[in-house]
Amino acid sequence: MFELSPTEWTAIQLSLRVAAVATLVATPLGIGVAWLLARRDFWGKSVADALIHLPLVLPPVVTGYLLLLTFGRRGLVGAWLADHLGIVFAFRWTGAALACGIMSFPLLVRPIRLSIEAVDQRLEQAAGTLGAAPWRVFTTVTLPLALPGVLAGMVLGFAKAIGEFGATITFVSNIPGETQTISSAIYSLIQTPDGDTAALRLVVISTVIALAALIASEWFARRATKRLHGN
Amino acid sequence: MLRVDVAKRLGEFSIEASFVSEGRVTGLFGASGAGKTSLIGMIAGLLRPDRGVVSIDGEVLDDTSMRVHVPPHRRRIGYVFQDARLFPHLSVAQNLDYGRRMNRLADDPAQRARVTDLLDIGSLLDRRPGQLSGGERQRVALGRALLSKPRLLLLDEPLGSLDEGRKTEILPYLVRLRDEASIPMVYVSHDAAEMRQLATQIVLLRHGRVTAFGGVKVLSGTDSPA
Repeated sequence: MFELSPTEWTAIQLSLRVAAVATLVATPLGIGVAWLLARRDFWGKSVADALIHLPLVLPPVVTGYLLLLTFGRRGLVGAWLADHLGIVFAFRWTGAALACGIMSFPLLVRPIRLSIEAVDQRLEQAAGTLGAAPWRVFTTVTLPLALPGVLAGMVLGFAKAIGEFGATITFVSNIPGETQTISSAIYSLIQTPDGDTAALRLVVISTVIALAALIASEWFARRATKRLHGN
Repeated sequence: MLRVDVAKRLGEFSIEASFVSEGRVTGLFGASGAGKTSLIGMIAGLLRPDRGVVSIDGEVLDDTSMRVHVPPHRRRIGYVFQDARLFPHLSVAQNLDYGRRMNRLADDPAQRARVTDLLDIGSLLDRRPGQLSGGERQRVALGRALLSKPRLLLLDEPLGSLDEGRKTEILPYLVRLRDEASIPMVYVSHDAAEMRQLATQIVLLRHGRVTAFGGVKVLSGTDSPA
């Protein structure tokens, strides 16, 4: 019952890789966006905010199809990337990472933004009077103090990326070994006559991964908070 | 020499203040709401005046007619806030070292030892701000500002958040600071007794305007400023 077939094993490894790459690439971007939304007023801010949250409310299949139109081989951006940089997203695992990154981005940004907003701006002022230029205020005061939120956002984003299904399957399909993640593997298995046990194995594994992610985020947050209040 | 001649409107309230001070400790005296904090905020560069000039020893830090505004981190003006504002994620030692690191100054163990001695904070170095009493926090904040080697030190009611007992605990350190460190200071308070002990020159502030300027004599009859 708990013997994993090579296909299942591949799907698990692929899911972990896709989610890890999506999270690692999205995090620096997410921190930047969160900081802009938390600390700057600019023209079109509410539109930018809405755009970031769009994947949360849009049907995933719509997001996937939009990705296909934009980043597909004949898509506006996709064709240019393929011709000039040799980067192809469509039907590749990198495309799955792109889809997961976009789908999980709102979940990644939100806790980071909230924790940056919670950083006392009077501390940032104090850092300025001690000679810290704005970017050094950010790296030595704002970011370390917002760290619990950053970790929580990363874990949440990772968990969402692991489970992403709709946009991924629409954009990069369901190719074993290339784009078949845990979710799309489960989807295939439950449509196969004898796939129930295998599907169940993957269900257990994805539940374990999701639970571990939640516990890890909780642990990070508690440790960081303790460190910050210094008692 | 500190020269301030600024105007700023803050909602209903407005400040129009002008003074030149060469004193070692310039006391900025007035009731709460007189505009003391806004005024030193402009000296520190945290607030931009609508109009006017701020300069130290002839170096212009603000001049609205020339569109000059030197940002706080390039002013080398230390600021001790009423609420200390120590960095909670850093130890006391790291807090003390922060200004030196940010200004890329060479390590100066002798200066560090002098300041730690002067303020009696040597036993606190490994602690976190969360483990300090109010008075200890204020002493560390003072040391942190001093060790950034400022050319002017602003003290915004550093005793304001402390009870009477703590005040008398900190005051001697401030007197020592005035007599031993060669940094000019601007000391903000609404307490005439503190002013008499510390200040060498007084700027009397009322409703955002300077109403008197001079030696501590200016304070006579102002024990309860209104």
